[in-house]
Amino acid sequence: MKKYTYTEKKDTRSGFGAGLHEAGKKNENVVALCADLVGSLKMDAFIKDFPERFTQVGIAEANMIGIAAGMTIGGKIPFTGTFANFSTGRVYDQIRQSVAYSNKNVKICASHAGLTLGEDGATHQILEDIGLMKMLPGMVVINPCDYNQTKAATLAIAEYEGPVYLRFGRPVIPVFTDPDQKFEIGKAWMVNEGTDVTIIATGHMVWKAIEAGEKLAELGIDAEIINIHTIKPLDDEAILKSVKKTGCVVTCEEHNKFGGLGESVARLLTTELPTPQEFVATNDTFGESGTPDQLMAKYGLDAVNIVEAVQKVIGRKK
Amino acid sequence: MKHTIKELEDIASQIRRDIVRMVHGCQSGHPGGSLGCADFFTALYFEVLNHNKDFTMDGIGEDLFFLSNGHISPVWYSTLAHAGYFDKSELATFRKLDSRLQGHPTTHEHLPGIRVASGSLGQGMSVAIGAALTKRLNNDNSYVFTLHGDGELQEGQNWEAAMFAPFHELDRLICSVDYNGQQIDGPTKKVLSLDSLQAKFEAFGWHVINTDGNDMQSIVEGLHYAKTLTGKGKPILNLMSTQMGAGVDYMMGTHKWHGTAPNDEQLAAALAQLPETLGDY
Repeated sequence: MKKYTYTEKKDTRSGFGAGLHEAGKKNENVVALCADLVGSLKMDAFIKDFPERFTQVGIAEANMIGIAAGMTIGGKIPFTGTFANFSTGRVYDQIRQSVAYSNKNVKICASHAGLTLGEDGATHQILEDIGLMKMLPGMVVINPCDYNQTKAATLAIAEYEGPVYLRFGRPVIPVFTDPDQKFEIGKAWMVNEGTDVTIIATGHMVWKAIEAGEKLAELGIDAEIINIHTIKPLDDEAILKSVKKTGCVVTCEEHNKFGGLGESVARLLTTELPTPQEFVATNDTFGESGTPDQLMAKYGLDAVNIVEAVQKVIGRKK
Repeated sequence: MKHTIKELEDIASQIRRDIVRMVHGCQSGHPGGSLGCADFFTALYFEVLNHNKDFTMDGIGEDLFFLSNGHISPVWYSTLAHAGYFDKSELATFRKLDSRLQGHPTTHEHLPGIRVASGSLGQGMSVAIGAALTKRLNNDNSYVFTLHGDGELQEGQNWEAAMFAPFHELDRLICSVDYNGQQIDGPTKKVLSLDSLQAKFEAFGWHVINTDGNDMQSIVEGLHYAKTLTGKGKPILNLMSTQMGAGVDYMMGTHKWHGTAPNDEQLAAALAQLPETLGDY
C-alpha cells in the first residue's frame, strides 16, 4: 500500500474559495454569485479583489440560478455558491431549463454536501444531489476529495465550456493530494495499485478508502484504490481496466446508494463486465444532527465499513 | 418611426395568420396568448428593438429580448421569421419532429433569435436580469426586454426577481406583462387573483407604465417611452392590457383558446378576418 501522509487538515470549501479567487485573477470573465452564504462558501477573497464581479442575490436561489444563466449571455462565466441542498433540489427546474437544456456555461458550486455538514441535521444534509445532477443531459458532476483537488477542480471548470456541478463539503479533512496537480475533468486518479479488489471512492470517502487500504494490507488484501472525482462523465476505461484485473469492486460515497457514484459504476459494469460490487453509501435514508464523525460512523461511511465491504465482495468472486 | 402604424398593423395581421395556421397545422399549441401579443411583438421587433438578424448568442451591443411565457412561441417564431432571422417556410415545421421550432422556445436546436429555453414558467425575469448585469459589466448600454404572462406571475421566482432588479437599479430592463386576465383554468380573478399588479410592482420599486397591447400606437409609444425612463435607477414594468385571441372574433374574451387548435372550418373563419399582407409561408 502506497503511503499517504498529511501535514494539515483543511476543508474542501476553502479549496473552492482559493480556486475561485485564482480563477478570477486569471480570467476577468469569471463572476460569482451567492445566496447569503458568502462566509460558508469561502468567497471572501474573490469578493475583496473583484467586488464588481460579485453579485449577492440574497436568499433567493431560484433567482440566482436564472441570473447566472442570463449572465453567460455576453460572455461571463458565473460560479453560483450555496449549500448543496439549495444548489440542487431547491432549484432543480431552474437548472434543468435555464442552465442544462439551454446549455449555459454556469458552474453550480455546492458546499456542505452530505452528512458531514453535521449538526444542522437532515434539512441541510443532501444525500441525493449527485443523482439529481447526473441525470441532467450534458451536466458534468465533480466531487473532489481534498483541499488541493477542489482548488484544482475549480480552476479546471473555469476553463471548461458548459454546465458543471461541483460538490464539496464543510469539515476539515487531511490534505493529501499534490498542490500542483493538473485536474483533468473525467479522468480517474490512481491512488494505489493493487490486485485483489478495486475500491472506487469520491469526495470525503477517498481518505477513508486510503485508511481502509492500510487496514486491508495488514489483513493481506492488496486493494487497488481509484479516485473518481468526476462522476459524470465517468472514466469508463480506468474502471474497466482495474476491474478486469481485480474481479470485484467496492464503491464509496457520502451519498445515497440510489443514484450515486455506485450506481454509475454498476451501470457500466453490468453492460460491459458484470462484476460483484458492494456499496458503501447511505441506504435510502435522511441524515440527522450530530458531529460529522458520529454521523459517518452511524450511517456506515467509515474505513471499517469499507474493509467489511471488501471482505464481503471478495467472498463473492467466482 | 421606422414604419407607419398602418405598416405595423399589416405586419401584425400576417403574424396572426401565421399563428392560426401554425397551430392548425400541428393541431396543438397556444393560439390565444399568441394572438393577443402579436401587436407587441410587431412593435418590439419592427420598431423598438435595436437588434441584428445575424444572430449571435452574446448579443453584444444590441438589445435583447426574453420570452418568459414560452407557450406563446408561435407569435415569436413568426415575428423572427418576418424579421429575417430564418426563412418563413420553416414555420410549417412548428411542433413537428426534427423541427427547430419546438413547442416551447429552446436554444437546443439552435434556432436563431432564442437565447434561453422557456416554457416552465417564471424563469425569464431572472435570466433577463443576468443578461442586464452582464451588459452593465461590459459597459454595453443596450436594453433588455422581456414578456411575461399575467398568470405566470403566480410563480414565486418572479417575485424574487422583482425584488432584485430595483435594488440593483437595473433601469435598462423593460419587462412587459401580457395582462389578459386569463389562464388555462379560467380567469385569473377566479384561479388566483393577481389583485393590483401596478401596486405590487410599485411597492417593489418598479416604474410602472400602462399600455393597450392591442393598439399599435399605444404599444409603440409605450415602449419608446419606457426607453426614455433610463437613468432613474428603476426597472420598468409595462402593464399591457390585451385580449386573449385578439384579431379572431370567436377566440376573444374567453380562456377557451388558451391551448386549443382550430379545426379546418374554424381556421377558414379566422383567416377571413386576417388579411394576408406579407405572403403566407
